[in-house]
Order: sequence, then structure tokens, then C-alpha cells
Amino acid sequence: MLGNNFIALSPLLLLAGSSVLIMLLIALKLSHRTIQFASLFLFVLAFSSLFYAHDLFSHPIEPLLIVDRFSLFIMGLIIFSGLIVNILSYIYFEEKEESPKEYYVLLFLCTLGACVLAVSKHFISLFLGLEILTVGLYGLIAYLRARHYNIEAGIKYLILAAFSSAFLLFGMALIYLQTGSMEFLTIGQSLHSLTSLPPLFLTGLGLMLVGIGFKLAVVPFHMWTADIYQGAPTPVTGFIATVSKGGVLAVLLRFFIEIDGFRFKTLMLILISIAVVSMIIGNLLALQQKNVKRILAYSSIAHLGYLLVALIPGSTMSLQSVCFYLVVYVITILTAFGILIILSTKENDADDIESYKGLFWKHPLLACIFSVALLSLAGIPLTAGFVGKFLILAANLQAGFWLTAFVLVISSVIGLYYYLRIISKMFSGRGGVLLKEKRAYPIFYLISVIVLLTLTLFIILFGTYPSGLMYFVAYFQFK
Amino acid sequence: MILVYLIGLLMGGGVLALLMGQWNNSLPKWIALCTVSTGFILLLSFWIDQSRIMNTLLPETWMMEYRHDWISTFGISFHLAIDGLSLLLLVLTFFLGILAVLCSWKEVKERIGFYHFNLLWILAGISGVFMAMDLFLFYFFWEVMLIPMYFLIGIWGSENREYAAYKFFIFTQASGLLMLLAILGIYFIHGSNTGNYTFNYFELLGSDIAPNVAFWLMLGFMVAFVVKLPIVPFHSWLPDAHSEAPTAGSLILAGLLLKTGAYGILRFVLPLFPGAAQLVAPWAMLLGVIGIIYGAILAYSQTDLKRLIAYTSVSHMGFIMLGIFAFNELALQGVVMQLVTHAISTGALFIMAGMLKERLHTRDLRLMGGLWTQMPQMGASAILLAMASLGLPGLGNFIAEFLILLGAFKANVWLTILATCGLIFSAIYSLRLIQQVFLGASKNLDPIQDFSWREITLMASLLLSIIWLGLYPQPVINTVRPTIKKLEELFLIEKEYGHILINNKRIDSLPEKNVRQVKTELVPSNTHSYVR
Repeated sequence: MLGNNFIALSPLLLLAGSSVLIMLLIALKLSHRTIQFASLFLFVLAFSSLFYAHDLFSHPIEPLLIVDRFSLFIMGLIIFSGLIVNILSYIYFEEKEESPKEYYVLLFLCTLGACVLAVSKHFISLFLGLEILTVGLYGLIAYLRARHYNIEAGIKYLILAAFSSAFLLFGMALIYLQTGSMEFLTIGQSLHSLTSLPPLFLTGLGLMLVGIGFKLAVVPFHMWTADIYQGAPTPVTGFIATVSKGGVLAVLLRFFIEIDGFRFKTLMLILISIAVVSMIIGNLLALQQKNVKRILAYSSIAHLGYLLVALIPGSTMSLQSVCFYLVVYVITILTAFGILIILSTKENDADDIESYKGLFWKHPLLACIFSVALLSLAGIPLTAGFVGKFLILAANLQAGFWLTAFVLVISSVIGLYYYLRIISKMFSGRGGVLLKEKRAYPIFYLISVIVLLTLTLFIILFGTYPSGLMYFVAYFQFK
Repeated sequence: MILVYLIGLLMGGGVLALLMGQWNNSLPKWIALCTVSTGFILLLSFWIDQSRIMNTLLPETWMMEYRHDWISTFGISFHLAIDGLSLLLLVLTFFLGILAVLCSWKEVKERIGFYHFNLLWILAGISGVFMAMDLFLFYFFWEVMLIPMYFLIGIWGSENREYAAYKFFIFTQASGLLMLLAILGIYFIHGSNTGNYTFNYFELLGSDIAPNVAFWLMLGFMVAFVVKLPIVPFHSWLPDAHSEAPTAGSLILAGLLLKTGAYGILRFVLPLFPGAAQLVAPWAMLLGVIGIIYGAILAYSQTDLKRLIAYTSVSHMGFIMLGIFAFNELALQGVVMQLVTHAISTGALFIMAGMLKERLHTRDLRLMGGLWTQMPQMGASAILLAMASLGLPGLGNFIAEFLILLGAFKANVWLTILATCGLIFSAIYSLRLIQQVFLGASKNLDPIQDFSWREITLMASLLLSIIWLGLYPQPVINTVRPTIKKLEELFLIEKEYGHILINNKRIDSLPEKNVRQVKTELVPSNTHSYVR
């Protein structure tokens, strides 16, 4: 059994070990490039270790963790995102004045935290994972400490995250008081005979939802999102949007299924209202923004709303659609932030919408990649985003949730407006602020573009021929 | 297989034009021209083949079919099929496609590769819409034609292009998503009834849906089609999009994109929801008549040439709505004729507006006048087009509108009388157009060139086809007859028993069986003899 435990935990162990190893490499005063390649290698190693762990079918490590197909799937997604962010980080941080090396240590730690969330089946491991993730993020967000935006964002995140963790802990305590257990499965069993939730449990759950909702940035816990997206270094923003949210969503999903939350009307009502207001408010707030990072922040609020809508029916199809949409969302968001990273300069990030004017005529390839990503976020056919939305709609209509489906449709029409605004900026006349290419690091520029191009091809592939991804998702979904 | 090749040809040609555009400025034009012409010749030869059969035998409804699994977990297949209606509209698509390439030959000077990429992809989307027999695929193509059109308007349009492009996109996308909801609705209802989850059009035809649900689902479909058509009060995107788009864009919008709306109603709304369609028929006809009159009045008061033509489209599309919901063969034949002739005559007017703009650099009617002396050729063709548009006998539009009115008269006398007034209005605005532009004192003293050879070819092909349709419309009528006949039969039965279905909500066994029988006859029986 011990050997199996090691295999099952190998991705986590590798990630933890990587951060130490990178720290040692930094002590040896190696160059940024070496550190970058080393961490790239370690990420690939961690990713490939998933294939070994895959042989084990649902392997619990009592009492805290469980490695099953679903958690492997989520871990794969998280490590993959970490990998992409890692590749894209080089050209962003190389030209900044701060030493970029410690960044990679924090990147590994945060990825580890998110992975722990994906495998946890117990409140303790949930909290541990969440804190590893969050503490790492404090550092990452405020990494470029010479810029006041970064510091501001870091402090904001610190205060709000600590605050929400307190809510989360108190909620857990209340649930523990009610059920006498902190393990998801046992909590589920103690609720088994009940038809409605006891008040204490409901209060605990509500407090927990505040904490989780903050991490997912759903309305009404979304206030921090835009500022932190804007303030954080762009690769970190991409990381928050994908890894942090993916991990938290995974643990929410597991908890919900284990306690069979779909039975309880009150709980569903809370979830539905959060999802509906997230979709509408997220899209509405994005309409008037002039900063691309803020637009993407608000759009991510809406997208988390879509993901919650996908979760609501609780059927097999809905779980599939959650996983499908998560994959699509991660790939698309990474592509979008990748373009932002490539276009950023030493002084400022390419986040002013005006600086995108005429991009298509200067860098047609980058503009096309960005357009595909935005169209996919908007859910236009031929891109993966459309199939994702289609699956969500289908899952909702199958279970008769016409209202949520309808709101999804309306809000994605609203959303279309601001995605189109960026796209038409890129295609409109010449002029605009000149965005210079990163000619200083041709190799990394080339690698980054190739990575983004590959992601774009995946977006189009999943949009035109989604069967492959659907089978994949069905195979790895939560049983 | 031809069907797949047609779409593949257009998409492939588009990509090739895009790539070649990097190196050479004239290559994309030639690539686009060759691609569309090849498709046109293919289709034309197929049509001639078919019409030979049609004259001797009772024709099959479905001529060709292609099917390949796409997303099998959802019962989605790549399913294309054509009947007479589709074939006719496809021929029209490729015909106007050639003209669109030709009329932007000189007009577009920048980013030529990307321009032709968009043009060909719009055509691919439209052809897909006319062929798709899987509801998911249909929606897919419905959206595919949207994005390139958005770019076409947004990049190569005139001053106010961004606003127009947004408006166009958001209107169509919003209505399209409602249709997607309706498609999913019918998918799940059919699936839970029969256990067979499929988007296949022919299988969904046989599904029986409770009348009140059917009503809402039908509205979902209708919204998408009515916005595209467009019918008052959903028309407000159209004048903006038409007037800001480049010439080829206006041509395709007026000639083809609007037709997809009418096609959608004929192909999906009527056969899938005959009962519900009957329920809204009087209202739909009323909206059509309002559209006819409102469009005509607004057309009269425009000072912008392209906006004027755009509003005439609104008026003419009102006739289509009126004809479709009259549910009889005469009117439906008229509708099909109207689709074709309106595409040609309005398309020609837009091309002419484009030519005028190239020469005068304005679309403002007040700045034009007395152009006849300098451009007699253009003046003469403009008069012919104006006559066509006001419905002069001997030209295609007359046949179309006459048939529609004749058919609609049987269904609703008063509305038809009101609609007939529309003909008078159309005479007024058409004559005003000619008067303002070509007659009167000349306001422009600079020398202006008359038609060049390219433009003569363009106009001549359009004028000849409009005269041909006016004098000998039989081939068109023959081609679509089987489709129209089936549609009419469906409604004859509905009419006899329909009130039972609607009023009692209790489904009588006898009429239901009959309806089902006719519905299943719409399904291809021995199409396979023609396949591949």
C-alpha cells in the first residue's frame, strides 16, 4: 500500500520537491534562463507523473486525500496551466527590474496548493490546500514590488483572503458541530436520512460559501477581482484565473456531490441565485471598462457563473459539461492572457484597450489568436467556447432549468458587446500606440507564440470536432 | 458528395485567398472568382440535369443527401441534403457570389486577401444553411456566416461602420441563441418521447409536441428568422448594416442573408410546428403587411441612396411574410419567386449604388441629379431595375408579387387589399429614385465615366436574368414544386382538423395520424438512388 501511496501522491510530491529544488538552484546563482528551463522540465515531469498515477483506480489516502480519475483530471488541468504560465512568464519578467527567479518557487507552491484542493476529501486538507495556494498568491500578486499597483493588489488580496478564510473556518466548525465529522463522505452520510438541512448546518454551509465564493470571485463576493486582475503581473493574473479557480471549483464540486447537495431546495436556490447574478452582473460591469485586464476580470466572473449554472442540474450530463467547460475556459483564458503578456512592455502592461488599435495590421497572427480566444469566450461557433455553452444549455434544458438557460443566453448576448469591442479595436484603422515586439529574446518569443498557436488550434479543434474531448471528459468525470 | 465539396471549396478557397494575399494583391481576386465560378458551374449543370428529369417524371422531393457522424454522443451528424428549394437558393448563392467578387474588383484596395477570405466564408455559411438537415449543423452554419459578415461591414464599410457592425451582430446573435434554445427544446422533447436523441431534421419532423409547448418553441425559431428577414419591428439593424457595408456586403446581405430567414421559416417553422404556425398566421400576415407599407413610406423619405434601397427590402420582405402564412401553393410559389427576383433586382440596385459612390463619392440623393446625360447606360439599366422593383409585368418581381397576392387573397382578403396598396407605394419610391438620380438638372459638372466592360457584364447578367424570370419563370416553379406541394398538403390536413387540435388540446387519433403521415412523407424515401 505504501508504494501505491507514493505513486498516487507523486504529482504532489514532485511539485513540492520542485519548489525546494528551484530554491537550491537559485542559491547556486544560476541564470534566469536556466531556472526557467529547469522549472519547465519539472512541470513536465509533474505532468507526466499523472500518467503513472492514472493506473490506480480511485485510491484513497485516509483520511485526508483521494486520488481518483476526477482529481487526476483536475490536477492535469492545473499542472498544465502552471506549465503554460511558466513558459509565458519568461518574456514578461526578464525585462523587469526585480530578480525573477523566486517567482518560480512561488509558482510551484501555488500549483501544489491547487492540486491539494483537487485531491482533498476532508476539511483539513481543503483548508491546507487553500492556504498553500493563497499564501503563495500574496507573494505572486505583489511580486513587482516597485509598482504601486502591485503592492495595492497584494494588500487587498491579503486582507480579503484572510477575511474569507476566517469565514470558511467558522463555517467548517459549525458543520463539524452539527455532523461530528470533517470528512465529506461522513458528512454526506449524516445528512442521508434528512430531507431538509438543519439550520446550524445551513449556516455553516453559508459561511463556507462566502469563503469559497470569494476564491471563485462570484457575485456578491467579486469586488476584489478587477483590481487584483489589473494590479497583478499579467502571468499571475492568468494563473489566478485558471489554477486558483479550477482547484476551488473542483473541491466545491466534490463536496457538493458527496453530500448530495442537489436534494436540498434551499441550497440549490442559493447556488442558482449566485450563478444568475454572477452571469448578469459580471457581463454588465464589463461593458464600460476600458482596461482589457479588467474586462477579462469581469468576464471571468460571468464565466464562473456559467460553470455554476452547468453544475446546477447535478446530472451526469451536467458534470460532464462542467468539466468540458472548465477545460475550454482554461485553454481560452490562458491564450488571451498569453497575448497580453507578449504585448506587454517593460513599463506597462498592454491592458489599455486603445493600445490594441490596428493590431491586426501590425501583428496579424497575434491579433488572430486573440480574436479566436475572445470569440471562444463569447461562445461563437467554430470555437470551443460554443460547444461548452451548448453543453451547459443542453444539460440545463434536459433537467428543465429553463430560467437559468435563458439567463445564460441573455447574458452571453450582453457579453458579446465587450468582446466585439476589443476585436473591432484590433481591426480598426492604423495608428494607436505602437506595440513593439520582444525582439530581445527571439527564442522565447518564438516559443511563446508557438504555445499560443497550439492552444488556439485546440480551441478550434474542440469547437469543430468536440467528440474527442467529450469522451475524455466522460472518462475522467466524477463517479 | 457534391454538397460537401461545395462547402469545402468555398472554405478552402477562402483560406487560400488569405494566404496568397500576403504576397500578391490580385491573386486573391482570381482565386475567389475561380472558386465561386467552379461551384456555380457544378450546381448549374446539376440543375439542368435535374430539370430534364423534372419535365418527364414526377420529381423526387430530395435530390441528394450526404450524411456523416459528427458528435455521435448527442446524435449530431454532418447531414446535408437538397431539394428543389435548396437547389434554387444555392444556385442563387453562387450566382450572386460571382457578382460579389466582381463588383469589389476595384472597390477594395486594402487587405484584399482577408476581404476575399471573409467573402468566401460568408458564402460557405449561407450554402451550409441552405443544405443542413441537422438542426445543430443548421445553427452552426447560421452562426458561421455571421462573423465574416461582421468583419466585412466593420473593416471595409463606410463612416459609421463599427456601429452598424455591432448592431447587426448583436441582433442576429441574440435571436440566434433563442433559436438554439428552441432547438434544444425540441431535441429533448423528441428524445424523451421516443428515446432517440437526435438533431436529425427528418426524425424531428415526426415528433409530436404538446400545442402550448410547440407554440413557444415555434416562437424561438421565428424570432431568429424574423430578425434575419427582417420584419417590422425587428428591422432596425438592416438599414444601418446595408448602408455601411461595402457594395459586395450589401449585395450579399440583401440577396442572400435575408433569404436565409425566409428559407428557415419554409424549411423549419412550417413543417415542424404546423399547428402553431397556423395559430400565429393572421398576426404574421399582419406584420408582413405593416412591413410592406412602413418600409415603403420610410423608403420614400430617405435621402441616402443605400438606405432607400434597404427600406425597399423591408417592404419586399413583407410580401414574403404575407405569402408564407397564406399556406397555399400559389402564394408559396410566389414567395420562392420573390426570394429569387428580389435578390437579383435589389442586389443590382445595390451594385449600382456602389458604382455611383465610386464615381461621386457620396450616397446622398440631394447631391445627385441629371446623371443620365453623362451615363446613359447606367440610367437605362437603373430604369429597368426600378420598373422591376415596382412590379412591372414582364419582369420577375411582377410574377412573384402577383402570385403572392393571388394566394394571399384566398387566405385573407382585407390584408391582401392593404398589401396591394404597397405596390402603389413602391411605384412612388422607385420613380422618385430615378428622378432624383438620373433626371433633372445636372449638379455635377466633372466628367463621369459610364460603365466599364466589367460593369456591363455585371449588369447585363443581372438584367437578363430578371427579364428571363419575368418571361419564363417555369423552370423555377418546376424546381420547387415538389417541396411546395408537400408543404401545402400538410396544411390542408391541418386546416381540416387543426381547430380540434388547438381548441381541445386533446389530440384526436385520426387527424393526428394523417398529419404524421404527411410529415413522414416529407422524409426522403428513395433519395439514395441519386446519392453520390
